[in-house]
Amino acid sequence: MTELFETGAYNFAYLDEQTKRMIRRAILKGVAVPGYQVPFASREMPMPYGWGTGGVQVTAACLVPEDRLKVIDQGADDTTNAVSIRKFFQRTAGVAVTEATIEATVIQTRHRIPETPLREGQIVVYQVPIPEPLRFLEPRETETRKMHELEEYGLMHVKLYEDIARHGEIATSYAYPVKVEGRYVMDPSPIPKFDNPKLGDNAAIQLFGAGREQRIYAVPPYTRVVSLDFDDHPFTASKAPHDCDLCGAKGSYLDEVITDDAGSRMYVCSDTDFCAGRRAAGHVGRLGVAMADGSA
Amino acid sequence: MTPDALMGGFAAAPQQSARAFRGVLEAMARPGTLHLLEGAAPPAPLSVAAGVALLTLADGTTSVHLAGAANCPAVRDWVTFHIGAPLVRAEDADFALGRWEDLHPLNRFRIGLPDYPDRSATLIVEVDRLKAQGPRLTGPGIKDAAHLSLPEVAAFRANRALFPLGFDCLLTCGARVAGLPRSTIVEDV
Repeated sequence: MTELFETGAYNFAYLDEQTKRMIRRAILKGVAVPGYQVPFASREMPMPYGWGTGGVQVTAACLVPEDRLKVIDQGADDTTNAVSIRKFFQRTAGVAVTEATIEATVIQTRHRIPETPLREGQIVVYQVPIPEPLRFLEPRETETRKMHELEEYGLMHVKLYEDIARHGEIATSYAYPVKVEGRYVMDPSPIPKFDNPKLGDNAAIQLFGAGREQRIYAVPPYTRVVSLDFDDHPFTASKAPHDCDLCGAKGSYLDEVITDDAGSRMYVCSDTDFCAGRRAAGHVGRLGVAMADGSA
Repeated sequence: MTPDALMGGFAAAPQQSARAFRGVLEAMARPGTLHLLEGAAPPAPLSVAAGVALLTLADGTTSVHLAGAANCPAVRDWVTFHIGAPLVRAEDADFALGRWEDLHPLNRFRIGLPDYPDRSATLIVEVDRLKAQGPRLTGPGIKDAAHLSLPEVAAFRANRALFPLGFDCLLTCGARVAGLPRSTIVEDV
C-alpha cells in the first residue's frame, strides 16, 4: 500500500492541513496550561472510538517525515491496536517505525509508560478514553468545568477516602488522579498507578488525546505531577510482588498470564521492548530460556 | 494586491508546516530553548520565523492582529493570500504579531476565561536579539532554570500572576524562535 502514499492519495499524516492546524493550536494551549483539557474538533478517523482516535490525531499533528514512531498497547509493540496504528502511519506519513524505546522520537501509547527512561526530544502521546477525572463523580460537563475553574477538588478526595473506608486502602489502581503544577487535577489515562511517578519531572513532552470526548491536554517536560493521597495513606506505586519470569526484572510492571487450568501462572514484563532487551543482554527469569538457545 | 504577496509561502506545506510545528512545540514546551523555523519568505518587516509561525498556526478560522510596522500593505496582502485570516483589532485577536513596543498596551489581549483559559491570545513578538541569556526562567518545561533575553520582565511577571489565565508568547528573531508560555516564572537576574 506504499504506492498510495507515493501517489499522493493521502495528505502527509492523513489529516488535512486545516485540521492539523486546529489540533496544533489546541496542543500549544495545552502545553501552556499543563493539565487543563483543551476542547478540540475531533475528526472521524478510519478506526472505531476506543482504538486511539484521539492519540492518532495528536500523533498525526506532531509527526515530521524524519520521525521514528513507536506504538505500544499495554506495553506491547505486537498487539492488534499497536500494529494497526503503526501501519497506518507507515502508510499515510511514510515514517520509520521502531520497537525500541530509545530509538523512537514519537511514542504513541495505550495505558503504559515505557520502563526505559525517556529523554529530551521524545514525545509521548497517550490514548485517553475519559479525559475528565471527575466524570464518574459528576456527570455534568457544566459542573466539572466549574469545579476545575474553582479548583474545587474535594469530591475527588471524598472518593479516595471512601476507598479507604471500604477497602482499608486507596483501591484505585489505574487512571489514578494526579495534580499538575499544583493547579489542575488530571486523569493520566488508564495507566497503572505504578507508572504515575514517571509522569512528573519527565524529560519528554507528554500529550494526551481523547477523540470521542474531544479533549487534548499536556504535561510539558520537568513538570510537577503529584498523585493525590492523604498524609496517613500516602500514595504507593504498586505492582505484582514477583520478578519477571522471562527476564528476571525486579522493578518492572508485570502482566499475569494463566498457563494451565491447574492454577499455574507466570508473571512477565508488560513492556515487551524492555523485557526483550534484558533477555538479549543475558538476563534469564524463572521460566525463561537463555536467548543464545534460539528461543525466548 | 501587490504581486509580491503571492510569493514566499511554503513550497511543500504538509512537511514544512509539520517541521515548523515541532519547532514551535519544542519552544513552547521548553521555555528558554531556541529553535529554527524555516521554509517561507515573508515580506519585510516580518522575520522568517514570525512568518513561518503564522503560516503554521493561523488560518481562516483564526483572527490575526498586525501591530505597528507589521501592519503594512505588503504584510496584510501576504497574510490575506497565504493564510486567509481575518485581520482584527488587538481585543479580538487569536494571534498578534509585532514588535514588543508596538504590542503595548498588553491588557488589550485576550487572556482566556476562568472556565476556558485556552481562549487566549498568542503573541508573536519580533525582537532584535534572541539569546539564551538574561532574565531567569523557571516553571513547567524547565529542568532547573533557563535564561532568555526578554524585552522586559514586569509584563511577563504580571502575566504569570494571572495563571491559569494569560497570553502566551513566541519570540522571533531571524529564523529563530523561543517560547514563553503563561506558566513560566520570570525573574530579573
